[in-house]
Amino acid sequence: MTETATGTYLIRGAAILGGDAEDLLIRDGLIAERGTGLSAEGATVIEAAGLVALPGMVDIHTHLREPGREDAETVETGTRAAALGGYTAVHAMANSNPVADTAGVVEQVHSLGRASGWVDVRPVGAVTVGLAGEQLAELGAMADSRAQVRVFSDDGICVHDPVLMRRALEYVKAFDGVVAQHAQEPRLTAGAQMNEGTVSAVLGLAGWPAVAEESIIARDVLLAQHVGSRLHVCHVSTAGSVEIVRWAKERGINVTAEVTPHHLLLTDELVRSYDPVYKVNPPLRTDADVQALRAGLADGTIDVVGTDHAPHPSEHKECEWAQAAMGMTGLETALSVVQETMIETGLMTWADFARVTSTVPAAIGRVADQGRPLEAGEPANVILVDPAARWTVDPYKMATMGRNSPFAGKELPGAVVATFFRGHPTVLGGKLNTPYRYAADPAGAGSSN
Amino acid sequence: MKHLLSTENLSAENAIRILDTAEEMAAVGDREVKKLPALRGRTVVNLFFEDSTRTRISFEAAAKRLSADVINFAAKGSSVSKGESLKDTAQTLAAIGADAVVIRHWASGAPHRLAATDWIDAAVINAGDGTHEHPTQALLDAFTMRRHWSKLKGSASNGADLSGMRVAIAGDVLHSRVARSNVWLLRTLGAEVTLVAPPTLLPIGVEHWPCKVSYDLDETLGAGVDAMMMLRVQGERMNASFFPSTREYSRRWGFDDARLRALDDLGLKDTIIMHPGPMNRGLEISAAAADSPRSTVLAQVRNGVSVRMAALYLLLSGDTREAATTPGTARSDKESN
Repeated sequence: MTETATGTYLIRGAAILGGDAEDLLIRDGLIAERGTGLSAEGATVIEAAGLVALPGMVDIHTHLREPGREDAETVETGTRAAALGGYTAVHAMANSNPVADTAGVVEQVHSLGRASGWVDVRPVGAVTVGLAGEQLAELGAMADSRAQVRVFSDDGICVHDPVLMRRALEYVKAFDGVVAQHAQEPRLTAGAQMNEGTVSAVLGLAGWPAVAEESIIARDVLLAQHVGSRLHVCHVSTAGSVEIVRWAKERGINVTAEVTPHHLLLTDELVRSYDPVYKVNPPLRTDADVQALRAGLADGTIDVVGTDHAPHPSEHKECEWAQAAMGMTGLETALSVVQETMIETGLMTWADFARVTSTVPAAIGRVADQGRPLEAGEPANVILVDPAARWTVDPYKMATMGRNSPFAGKELPGAVVATFFRGHPTVLGGKLNTPYRYAADPAGAGSSN
Repeated sequence: MKHLLSTENLSAENAIRILDTAEEMAAVGDREVKKLPALRGRTVVNLFFEDSTRTRISFEAAAKRLSADVINFAAKGSSVSKGESLKDTAQTLAAIGADAVVIRHWASGAPHRLAATDWIDAAVINAGDGTHEHPTQALLDAFTMRRHWSKLKGSASNGADLSGMRVAIAGDVLHSRVARSNVWLLRTLGAEVTLVAPPTLLPIGVEHWPCKVSYDLDETLGAGVDAMMMLRVQGERMNASFFPSTREYSRRWGFDDARLRALDDLGLKDTIIMHPGPMNRGLEISAAAADSPRSTVLAQVRNGVSVRMAALYLLLSGDTREAATTPGTARSDKESN
């Protein structure tokens, strides 16, 4: 390892995973000690009474836009947002320009992440060349590259060809990869603008039926069963999808599923404003879907929360609904939205929160040193959260370049007070501190993460 | 009212005020000099992102009869087709000093965006947006129906609603802004609406609409109809598996000669036949039906000018200026549409 030694920090009296208050001593990138009444010579003391200590969050689904759309977001700005949101690792989706479908592009994104130093940036490789859905990208080359890609996705576009999907599922077994599917039957969603239902009927916007998502998930879990592969379903958004994933898990199929914070809170009623800040793929659904997603996340049917953080330049949202880009920012609001929808409702504990935002997403992405227990000897990827805080979302105060937050103006609970990434505080006092610096690693060569 | 964006949230009070004002405007059309000075010095922009000569000239005639200055901005072949955004176009119109923007747009909700943003402060009139709404079409349809219904009952149109009137609307409801605006407005005015369409051309969720739904035109006619409105079948639907063929559509859902005769056989002597135009003769409506004495197609066009005059007048004159020289009542701002 070539990491720099970082300082010594004594976190006093934090509720570990929301449980009893204990101290954490962070030294040289690791949790050196956990216990009560700890002390350490020269340590920077952080009084954490009333705060919850959690493992750094791992986003399985982030759009950093670089390379290609640096007017929307860069690795630097996106990872600053991630650190502020409590993340210590993000998976950068492949739909950049050029598409992350070669070892060269994923290594570039990986290097940009290391140069930024705010979080681990784990590039996601495209399943097909150019996301075109026609021929497999060089998945093995990306897996073997310095970026060590394990998650492959054409996110934004469904791998709808059943043969291609089957082959991808089979092929990634060679290097313990996973295919993360954007489940959207293209013919059933041609020109689709919003959830198909009572609201779309009134608004005259082309509908996006739940069946377009559910039919692909049903097909894919059966394919995964047939070839004995690992499948991850991105951003499930319907009650029916939850049922299908539940059925698949009962049959022992190796499937994991993700839900976004916005699908846990918002419904298609918001589209009545025709404000494109609410335009997203998959679309906001109904309240019945929201309740089913919450229940599914609580009972483990849905494994993880992924933000689908999708920043866009303002001109892509200041227009007609049909012209607008799909997507919402999410890195800096995810924790608060999950607290609001899952913890304040009594559906989950902070320990559950750690499972769905850190432990399991790290496991799905095969991210070493992330999502680990808060125990002595473990890597010090730790966040401190003030669950009693309340704040009003202002997209213009965010670190992301995207101003397209659907939560703008909304009051939400919970604030990230500190983020420790590899033992270094990237966030302190709720504000950006300094990035982690890798030692003597200008080309990003050598070490893994 | 600051804007006229939809009929969904248009109150009965405001709807009837528009219709009553339109009656007074219609009287102007009967004069030798068809012009009022009401909107002298005001600028009305017809902002059309979609070709519609019929709607555009109707609004143009309405604005001109009220002495407004009219600017026709066809977004096709303009800077818009070169990539200018709706925001920039709106701000340009604001800088020019537009008092009202009449917008026709292929995208549902575009008029709402103009009204909800700070891009432009002008009154916005929705002249048809995507497959969402076409409120002035519904108002002119209601105006036409109200005259007919009042005449039958031997009472005055002014102040009246459509209580008890049975209206059937047949055709491509799924893609029809006219159908949507009519369903909401006719509900508000007390009419009983039945939508008739192939199941493929009804939106998911239509069962929650304030109307009945039928797949059978003959059954609907047999139950009694006072106004039969046929919707245009758009060419692009014909090869997208919404129905097997135009002939089958016409047989099952078209108002053909047999159904025209059936009205007589059913004793429905006062039933009117409506169409928002332009018609596909021989497809959704037969030539004999379109040209029959029951047809109100041309009356609808004529009434469109009166209704649009009323809408422009009520939106543009009122709280900020005296309206002494023209008919109409004081406007209220308690409702925003």
